[in-house]
Amino acid sequence: MRRVLPPVIFGVMALVLWEVFVTLGRVAPFILPAPSAIGAQILEQRGNIWDAALASGTNALVGLIGGTLLAVLAALAASRSRLLGEVSIPFAAVINALPIIALAPILNNMFESTSSLPRRLVTGIVVFFPVFLNLLRGLREVNPVHQELMRTYAASGWTFAAKVRLPGALPHLFTGLRQASSLAVIAAVVAEYFGGLQDGLGARITSAAAFTAYPRAWAFVAGACLLGLTFYLVTLLLERVAMPWKQRLLS
Amino acid sequence: MTAVSVEGLTKIFNQGRSDEVLALSDVDLTVGDGEFVSLIGPSGCGKSTLLRLIADLIEPTTGSVTVAGKPAAQARRDQEYGIAFQQAGLFEWRTVCRNVELPLELRGVSKAERRSKAEQMLELVGLADFAGHYPGQLSGGMQQRVAIARALAVQPPLLLMDEPFGALDEMTRERLQSELLGICATTGSSVVFVTHSISEAVFLSDRVVVMSARPGRITASIEVKLPSRDEVGRQAPVYFEKITEVRQALRS
Repeated sequence: MRRVLPPVIFGVMALVLWEVFVTLGRVAPFILPAPSAIGAQILEQRGNIWDAALASGTNALVGLIGGTLLAVLAALAASRSRLLGEVSIPFAAVINALPIIALAPILNNMFESTSSLPRRLVTGIVVFFPVFLNLLRGLREVNPVHQELMRTYAASGWTFAAKVRLPGALPHLFTGLRQASSLAVIAAVVAEYFGGLQDGLGARITSAAAFTAYPRAWAFVAGACLLGLTFYLVTLLLERVAMPWKQRLLS
Repeated sequence: MTAVSVEGLTKIFNQGRSDEVLALSDVDLTVGDGEFVSLIGPSGCGKSTLLRLIADLIEPTTGSVTVAGKPAAQARRDQEYGIAFQQAGLFEWRTVCRNVELPLELRGVSKAERRSKAEQMLELVGLADFAGHYPGQLSGGMQQRVAIARALAVQPPLLLMDEPFGALDEMTRERLQSELLGICATTGSSVVFVTHSISEAVFLSDRVVVMSARPGRITASIEVKLPSRDEVGRQAPVYFEKITEVRQALRS
């Protein structure tokens, strides 16, 4: 309760201040709508927000899972071979440097306009880098005592990877996943700004803004925010489930 | 049969490079079945190197290592020895019980069998009640006991220990020394024990092997026969005589 209460009070106070500022200051709604107006739109559009969030959420989830699987396999391979490890990091950096803003229109044109694939590909690419890099770092940091022990057990390379490297790198994997989970939602939403199938939150935000329905645009932004938060919290939950030994240390 | 037989062993690190180090020079050592041998010497004398050569964690430059009648590499693959280091080196994502099970797991022992074997080993080190805990929840001394239980899990004829009590406080250290002797008496294991504590070496060992540095070699081998290995043994005149003898051997 003590941990929940301060941020809740702070949030409510911020909303009240926002409302007072907009009403007393006569701020035009296209600059900043009042929270009450946005709230009303959230209520009115809740069906649409839900559908759009579901579409964007599915894209983000598919991209997140796909990108993570690829990153895990790539990191495992890169940690097993010195050459691959040295070659793969600059390649991963290049992928990371690819601006999704530049990539999204190209991918959208590569596939049919009814395909969800471009947005999922964009998400997957964005997810790949933080997961790959963090996991690779974890896979390489093996306690030398563990290394010697596994040698005395005559463990093969893959046994070593499965029993020691991978579980030892789990904290690093989740550091990467925490970053990636929020990025996945951002990528899935932003990719829609550049064409393709228009059934997600990004498309709703641009179309509302184009019709100067700013409170509605903000309502969908709030939806995107909640979606990103959900992804992040589920990742935190997974982290707790996957690493019970950390949890017991804390409690 | 001898537990360990080392003949003409020389180890040169970074051979042929400018930072070449002669770590061990022409070392001969025999450890009999059930014998407890300590290796003692100043840091850099190659005692840990010698232990790692016996464990086949590194390869000798010249000479041969035989463990349980087999070449060292074969003995390692057959898990003829258990090993414990100064750091417990437990796998923090495994419970205490599953840590002890790991060497059995890699041997392909069935689940039920390794569970019962692990519980038996934890009983031996007095940690049966902590089987379900994670290593992070245990004190340093308890972790080291788990590491010893793990080293014993495959019931190897030989135990290799590299300063296993080096990071522990004096009280815990003395208690674990007694426990180790009790365990060895039960299992009949031979032990090669690296330490830099003279009193620890004398109290535990049937024989203390004294080494000197640059190049690492064996300079003395001192038989120890204490009347008993307990509090009485720690106060026996022969205990202090042997401590003096080892100290003088280290000085010379």
